[in-house]
Order: sequence, then C-alpha cells, then structure tokens
Amino acid sequence: MTASFFIWLAALLIGLGTAVFALGTLAIWRLPDCYCRLHALTKIDNLGLGLLALGLALLQPDWIDGVKIVTIWLLLLCSSATTGPLIAQRAIEEQTR
Amino acid sequence: METTQLIYAVTGALIIGLGLSAALRDEPLLARIIAINIAGVGVFLLFVAIAYRGFGQTADPIPHALVLTGIVVAVAASGLAIAINRRLHHDSPSGDGPAEDSSA
Amino acid sequence: MSWMLIDLTLCISLLILAVAALYARGLQQRVVFFIAFGLLCAIAWARLNAPDLALAEAAIGAGLTGALLLSALNDETDPQPPLTQPRLGRLLTTAITALLTLALCAAVVTLFPLHEGIAIQQLQQQMPHAGVVHPVTAVLLNFRAWDTLLELAVLLCAALTVLNLAPARPVTAHDSPLTGMLTRILLPLLTVTAGYLLWTGAHAPGGAFQAGAVLAAATVVLRLNNNPGFTHLRVGALRALLALGLLLFLGVGLLQTVLGGAFLQYPPSTAGFLILLIEAGAMLSIACMLSLVYLGGHLHPHWPCHAPSNGVDTWKRHS
Repeated sequence: MTASFFIWLAALLIGLGTAVFALGTLAIWRLPDCYCRLHALTKIDNLGLGLLALGLALLQPDWIDGVKIVTIWLLLLCSSATTGPLIAQRAIEEQTR
Repeated sequence: METTQLIYAVTGALIIGLGLSAALRDEPLLARIIAINIAGVGVFLLFVAIAYRGFGQTADPIPHALVLTGIVVAVAASGLAIAINRRLHHDSPSGDGPAEDSSA
Repeated sequence: MSWMLIDLTLCISLLILAVAALYARGLQQRVVFFIAFGLLCAIAWARLNAPDLALAEAAIGAGLTGALLLSALNDETDPQPPLTQPRLGRLLTTAITALLTLALCAAVVTLFPLHEGIAIQQLQQQMPHAGVVHPVTAVLLNFRAWDTLLELAVLLCAALTVLNLAPARPVTAHDSPLTGMLTRILLPLLTVTAGYLLWTGAHAPGGAFQAGAVLAAATVVLRLNNNPGFTHLRVGALRALLALGLLLFLGVGLLQTVLGGAFLQYPPSTAGFLILLIEAGAMLSIACMLSLVYLGGHLHPHWPCHAPSNGVDTWKRHS
C-alpha cells in the first residue's frame, strides 16, 4: 500500500518536474531579453530539478541513494545561485558599456 | 542491442565527417580546434558504440580504456595548440613579442 | 521502443549541436555549443554503459576543454586569418570529406553484427589476477599498462612544452563575494571527490584520470577567483609533481623486472596496492598537467630559468 503510494507520489513529482522543464525551455526560447531568460533558467534549475530529484529520491530502494540525489540538487542550487547573478552582472556591464 | 549500436555508430561516423570538413576550412584556429575535438568525439562515439553489449550487460572495457586515454590526450593537444598559437602571436612582427626569451 | 526513441532523440540532438558548434556565427557561441555538445555526449555514454567515460567527458571533455576554450577566447590573437582558400580547393576538400564520411558510414553498417572477439574472453579469464575488480581500471593499469605509461609520457611532453612556451594567460577575474562563497564550498568538495574517485577506481567507475581532472577543476576555480595559490610552488616542485606519475609507473615496472618478473607485470598478490600507488602518483601528475594546459604557460616570469622563485611576485602580464 505505502509502496504504491510512494511510486505514485514519485510519478507526480517527476511529471511536475518535467512540465517545469518543458515550460522553462519554451520560456528561454520565447522570452525577449537576457534577464527574462535568466529568470526562466533559474526557475528550471531550482524548481524543475528539485522536483525531479525528490521524485527520483523516493524511487530509490536504498535511502542513502535518495540522500545522494538530494545532495546533488543542493549543490546545484549553490552553483546556480552563483552563476545567475554573475551572468546578470555581465549582461549589465555589456549594456552600459 | 544491434539497432542501438548502429544508431550511435552511424551518428559517430557522421560527426567525424562534420568535424573533419570543418577542420579543413579557413577559419580562426580556435574554431578548427573545436572542429578537431568534435571529430575526436565522433571517433570516441564509434568506439563506445562498438563496445556496447546490450542493456544491463557489462560493455567491452578495452575500447573504454582507449577512449579514456583519448579524452585526456585530446584536451592536452588542444591546450598545446592554443599555447603555440599564443607564442606565435607574441613572436610575430605585428605582435608585441614576449618580454623575455622563455624558449630556453 | 521507448529506449530507441531516447537514442534517436539523443543522436539527433548531438548532430544538431555539432553543426551548431561548427557553424554558429560567433566564436563565443561555438564554444558554448561545444560545451553543451560535450555534456550531451556524457549522457550518451552513460546510456551506452560507459560510466567511466561519462565522468571523464563531463569533467575533461566538456568542463576543462570548455574552460580552456573560453579563456582562449580572450587571447589577443587576430580573429580572422588573412589567408583564404581558393574556391576549387574548398570544393575539393568538401567533396573528399563527404566521400570519406559516406565510406565510413558504409563500413560501420557492414560492421554489425559484431563477432565476440577472443580478447574479451581472455580478459574475463585474467580478471581474478588483476588486483582490481573494475575492468576498465584493470585494462588501463594492468593488462595494457604500456599504453597508459606512454600516454603519461605524451601528457608530460605537452605540459612541458606549454610550460616553456609562454607566460600564463592573463585572467579577467571577478572578486565578488558570491564566487568567494562558492569557492569555499567547492574546493573541499572537489578535493574529497578526487580522493574518492581515486579510491573507488579499484571496484567501480573512477580512477586516476577522473580524479586528476577534478583536482585540475579546483585549480580552474582558484584561478577564476584570482587566487594565486599555484604560484607558491617552486618550479622544481612543479616539475617533480609533473614527473611523479611517470617515474612511479616506471619504477614499479622496473622493480618487477628486478624481482624476476616481466616489465609492468605485477604479482597478483600485490597488484591492487601497486595499482593504487601508481594511480595516486598519476592523479597528482595529471592534475598538474591539466592545470598547466588550462593556465596556458608558466605562472612566474622566472620559472623557465633556474632562478628560485619565492612566490613574492604577483601575476605579471607580458604584453
């Protein structure tokens, strides 16, 4: 009973994550300038990947593998939190130059 | 298994062709280095496709070892090419030349 | 069926990215497409049961090569070479490469189905004596150790040439608090990951090459933060580190001949330890070589000569 509940929850999370990725890709394609696209990109990184990671973590038979997957997400949060502002900074510099 | 191998191997062959034809064009050196690297990746893809032994099976490790050495040598060769290009630019009459003789 | 869909999507994306990396308008775009191409390749190799290669490709093929190309974009070389090919020559090279590609595709199609060679059977028979459980590591450092030894020699040649060619590439670094924080998180993680990859290479994907690449990535992170950590090394120490892997490899190989065996043929009882020893040395050397290749030359103006460097000088730009 609980096993099938976890599988359904994982499927829901992975489905949501994939939807976020699809929407984000569409946004990067359609949005007009660098800042808007950056906004979309960071959403994909944080939310989409987080949902995917949670869903995949639930599917792992061994809990330690789930912890590993969530750790990867945390590390990616750190790196995307750094690269986002850096790209924006560079874009501002190029605009004002 | 065979179709998978075939798909990846043909992709590898096509990438080799793409990279090779771009490497022979008159382009900036950096573009040609990218082209050579892409052709190299095509070769690797061909090797790895040949090494594949089906879903859940251990692949042939010998091509894997060859490709692993190939990846490392490729980056070293690219770095060497870029370094030689920089040095040539430094030494050319239009460039400002190196501040000291470092070729010893 | 669904796997075939994934395979086809992956391969078509690879081809599109390759074309983009080769024919996009600006060099900068091409480099970015090349990095994306490398990352997608890593996925393809994970799909083809080659996790060692996926690790190496993500770290070296996409990561380090990407960093190298991105920093080479700043080189003050002329953007367009003066020579242009004549029309006929261009047509001829295109025709020849097209023919070659066609021939290659035809050869590939006739290649399958593959016959299982005797090599893999021999390999499976010999695996219990290899000293390691992971077959790729066994091939690299035991069965075909000659290849790896000579590869280290090739890498050493490239690194020494880069070291003596020119001063290191000047770097445009941001000293923002954000990157400082990321560096403080990343550096210990990268170091621990390198050690883990080295240790785990005996029984799982990993090994000296991946570990060395991760350590070199640490140098890249430091350099991008304008941290001169590397300059404190004396040139002698750097040279020793560069040669360490090759010397250790040769030493272990020669020791076997002294003990009555053949060159590079380890006794099964100590093979595991010897392989770990060689890999540890190789990891340090590979990290130094890849860092040097990324930095693009010697860091200190006095380095190529024998003048002792105390690490007092800051980065000096020759231009």
